Amino acid sequence: MIGASIPPILEVSGLRKHFGDHVVLASVDLVVPRRSIVSVLGRSGTGKSVFLKCLAGLLTPDAGDVRFEDGLQDGLHRRCSYLFQGNALFDSLTALENVALPLEQTTSLGRLSIAQAARDALKSLGLEKFADHFPAQMSGGMQKRLALARALVTRPELVLFDEPTAGLDPPARNAVFEMIVHYRQRFDFTALVVTHDVPEALAASDRVALLEEGRIRFEGTPAEFAAADDCIVRSFSDNIVTLRTSLEN
Amino acid sequence: MMRLLQSVGQNSLTTVAGFGDFAAFTSRAVAAAPVARHLGRRLIRAIHEQGVRCVPVVTIVGLFAGLVLGLQGYYVLARFGSAGMLGTFVSLTLTRELAPVLGALMIVGQAGSAMAAEIGIHRNSEQIDALTTMGIDPVGYLITPRLLAALIAFPILTVVFTLVGMAGGYISGSVLLGLDSGVYWSAVHSAVRLADVRECLSKALAFGAITIAICCHSGFTTHRRTGVSGSRAVSVSTTRGVVLASIATLATDYLITSFLV
Repeated sequence: MIGASIPPILEVSGLRKHFGDHVVLASVDLVVPRRSIVSVLGRSGTGKSVFLKCLAGLLTPDAGDVRFEDGLQDGLHRRCSYLFQGNALFDSLTALENVALPLEQTTSLGRLSIAQAARDALKSLGLEKFADHFPAQMSGGMQKRLALARALVTRPELVLFDEPTAGLDPPARNAVFEMIVHYRQRFDFTALVVTHDVPEALAASDRVALLEEGRIRFEGTPAEFAAADDCIVRSFSDNIVTLRTSLEN
Repeated sequence: MMRLLQSVGQNSLTTVAGFGDFAAFTSRAVAAAPVARHLGRRLIRAIHEQGVRCVPVVTIVGLFAGLVLGLQGYYVLARFGSAGMLGTFVSLTLTRELAPVLGALMIVGQAGSAMAAEIGIHRNSEQIDALTTMGIDPVGYLITPRLLAALIAFPILTVVFTLVGMAGGYISGSVLLGLDSGVYWSAVHSAVRLADVRECLSKALAFGAITIAICCHSGFTTHRRTGVSGSRAVSVSTTRGVVLASIATLATDYLITSFLV
């Protein structure tokens, strides 16, 4: 497990975001150590995706500081990738064209080099046979891998995962987290995962944080999370036991 | 009374803000043209979308417009013993007004609606956000090629509309009603001057840029539709794009005509 002592790639302090009268993020502080997997847990509607979109620059925070290592903010897109909940693949482009897109549009690489890099990325994720397929011709799991291939083709240092297991069954959820752990080791990136799948996140992450009422209520290792006394944290870690008890009663 | 004033004020501010947003959006698309990467393939696709795919509808509408003009024109002019002026009537009506206006309305109906819907779906399925996170300017990637394609496709299709319409007038006036074909084509030849062609092409360029920008803007701002979301928002954006583009075509036509006539 990677501890908080590892130099951080990302430090968030006092992040605030509201929509109208509704304060979604009151003041979020979080440190993401380099080469770690950090999962941000929380109930649906607690602002996890808003938090991630503020980090990616898709939403402008009202206040607070998002500090990337070495002032990363300037070249954010070159060093940071975002994996969307619905994959956000271009349905009119083939798998190869989808993966090649960020290289084609943001680098000065030649056509052949781009095609080779995109094929390599597809091969790394076991999709080399589907290069000419359109996303709609692929299964949900394959689309998720394709989206990851597109996110990794630019060799990012930080990958933001927005609810990567939303709508998937338990084996598929496990497969997605296995994929994150496996490719994090292989491609050496830092992963910040926003999810509400507690067991999978605890098993796969180096650190977990709990977002509740617009603030980080807990931040620590999965073991510390499981042993925490905080009633809200316990409601997450004891979720399965609680369900069984209420069903028995 | 206060509520009425408040409502009028609010709507006026929203309209002005909407114009400002549209102007900024179009400027961004134009400014992105010189720096857009690998534009060729997207430009060709956009020309195919707005040009090639619209040829059938423009040809059919152009033919029927010419047929009707020939028929109506022949009987009206014959009353004054001027049936020989049919070629002048058909060619000038088409060149100066009908071809650019009807051509633009047909392209908006076919390509503009499809464009607004496609861009709206890109917005709904977070593909536009994905472009932003990849460091790609979504306006430069999605809108610029479509805007450039409009500047190529609209004038060409307007010329097609005009020529087919003149042929329609010939079929009505000469083939069906017996006007001498030499008289018809000679009237056409002597009536249309360079200034008329310039007016026709200027209108086509203006309509192309304005209507395609409106349709693209409508799709691009699908997430801002109030009270609706998802596929309903895409549907509202598509309808809004087509309606606004049609109104803008007629309003721009009036403005250009009042300056040129």
